[in-house]
Amino acid sequence: MFDRDRWQEIYSTLKSNKLRTFMTAFGVFWGIFMLIVMMGSGNGLSNAIFDGFQDFATNSAFIWTRTTSMPYKGLPRGRRWLFDNDDMKALKDNIPEIDLLAPRVQPWSGDGGNNVVRGIKTASYTIYGDYPDFFRIDPVDMIAGREINDIDIAENRKVAVIGNRVRDEMFKPGEDPIGEYLRIKGVYFQVVGVFEPKNKNMNFGGEKDQTIILPFTSLQIAYNLGDQVHYFAVTAKKGHSVAKLEESCKQLIAERNKIHPDDKQAFGGFNLDTEFRKMSGLFTGIRILIWIVGTGTLLAGVIGVSNIMLIVIKERTKEIGIQRSIGATPWRIINQIISESVVLTAVSGMFGMAIGVFLLELINRQIQNSSSEAEMFKNPGVDFNVGVTALIILIIAGIFAGFIPAYKAVKVKPVEALRAD
Amino acid sequence: MIKLNKLHKSYVTGHNSLHVLKGISLEINEGELVSIMGASGSGKSTLLNVLGILDGYDSGEYHLNSMLIRDINETKAAYLRNRMIGFVFQSFNLISFKNSLENVALPLYYQGVSRRKRNMLAMEYLDKVGLKDWWSHLPSELSGGQKQRIAIARALISNPKIILADEPTGALDSVTSLEVMDMLRTINQNGITVIIVTHEHDIAARTQRSIILKDGIIENIVYHNHKYQKAVS
Repeated sequence: MFDRDRWQEIYSTLKSNKLRTFMTAFGVFWGIFMLIVMMGSGNGLSNAIFDGFQDFATNSAFIWTRTTSMPYKGLPRGRRWLFDNDDMKALKDNIPEIDLLAPRVQPWSGDGGNNVVRGIKTASYTIYGDYPDFFRIDPVDMIAGREINDIDIAENRKVAVIGNRVRDEMFKPGEDPIGEYLRIKGVYFQVVGVFEPKNKNMNFGGEKDQTIILPFTSLQIAYNLGDQVHYFAVTAKKGHSVAKLEESCKQLIAERNKIHPDDKQAFGGFNLDTEFRKMSGLFTGIRILIWIVGTGTLLAGVIGVSNIMLIVIKERTKEIGIQRSIGATPWRIINQIISESVVLTAVSGMFGMAIGVFLLELINRQIQNSSSEAEMFKNPGVDFNVGVTALIILIIAGIFAGFIPAYKAVKVKPVEALRAD
Repeated sequence: MIKLNKLHKSYVTGHNSLHVLKGISLEINEGELVSIMGASGSGKSTLLNVLGILDGYDSGEYHLNSMLIRDINETKAAYLRNRMIGFVFQSFNLISFKNSLENVALPLYYQGVSRRKRNMLAMEYLDKVGLKDWWSHLPSELSGGQKQRIAIARALISNPKIILADEPTGALDSVTSLEVMDMLRTINQNGITVIIVTHEHDIAARTQRSIILKDGIIENIVYHNHKYQKAVS
């Protein structure tokens, strides 16, 4: 295998026609290069998308109300309705699959006016009334202070946890916001914590870092919202499907609010599990497509190698005849030709792989340098296994590419081979 | 050493069949120096190819070293060619990208002899044909006579029983031809059977006997006088 004569022979054959060798090698090079770059890009895209789900509880569902579309029990269609506190309690009491239940009130969403005042500064932020459980579903990093806790809820405390942008805009640099007050729609709340969102991609009206979170109960009382609940998030206990849980929650609430059981339009909602699966499905599709296109290109390259080998064999008929006349067995000839083919495919393939990986790395550097927040592309690259798989495919392809020419070469009788050219 | 019994061979191309060897019976003993002569188309090259197991035959028998050579597979044939037979061709048939040493060592490579050992032996044989100093030259850098001597060294290195030479002097001038012929005679004197296909009478005259072929049959066998004068030296 590692005999010098053999490598010398491979080298001299390939060298004897440099352009042809190069063109052939380029076919394989391009095939594997495309495969690597496409796979890397696909991975980059999917990394970026799945990054959107980052840190967010993937077994969670969000449910809100919409106007009804079917008359039911004497109530007309087109009715506006909202969840209330009792609905939430009923959910908690009747559906054992619920792990976390986090109702939320979000008044003044999208009214655009400034709602927060501190001294001479005014600004417009998204205001949520939350239960502590919401922090388990959509986790944040506390930069200072604390989250909303159960005592805040129980005592209807007028405290606020603010996003980092709120702090930056409402407070001077270096100023400690903890203990300070913000006037929110005319009511003063004391800042007890500053957070930075862990997941910046999933927003409910407004960027999360421009959000103020108040205790759920305090907000209901302070702004006279009664027992309104605007929407809620639930997570399923381990081993239960959140898609099913979403359905059972809707069913229970529909019953309580005189909503027609078939009125799918009365609810809005989505669950991350389904979204996640949709994305997974999409990327599986993309990946399959990439493999088909990539291996197709590769196959074309390999056929090119086989073709060239056939010509090479034809040109070398006499030389092969000589070798056989002095005792080279057919097996040795086959072995030699297949080796040449494997070397040609493997070397050019590895070049393609190396340059492909290099290009992806270059793109990666470029992306990291431009520090844009919402990336469409993240960590493009192929994992080691894919590289190894591609290499094995290349070697097998090389063997196949060499097989037909090799077979042809030994099928000729030595005497005819000697008589050639 | 070689025994042929009513050997027949035809070449079939499409619907035409060309009967080339029409029943050759022949015996060549160990240590003989024999020439095969005949006009072109007489079947002398075909006969040599059959003897060298480069080609098969249709009917009859061919015994090489008391072994019946018939319908043997290519691997076995390669083995026999490698161990029993040394070829010398008119057009030398050296591998163009290998230097003299590597060309001479090639049969041993197919035997699986280690590189060191086969190169050592190859150097020895290069010395025997007087081209030791040319070991690193490629065939394209050598004269015709030198190339043929390299080819002879290559034929000898595996210690064959028989040397088959197909018009070994056909591409050489007369002086070099005689040198090569001398070399083949020396080989023969060391006990190796040498069979030379030629159409040159002065070459044939330097062998012990000439088998004259005509239209695929042996027309005549001529025994040559043994007092052979050494040619120009």
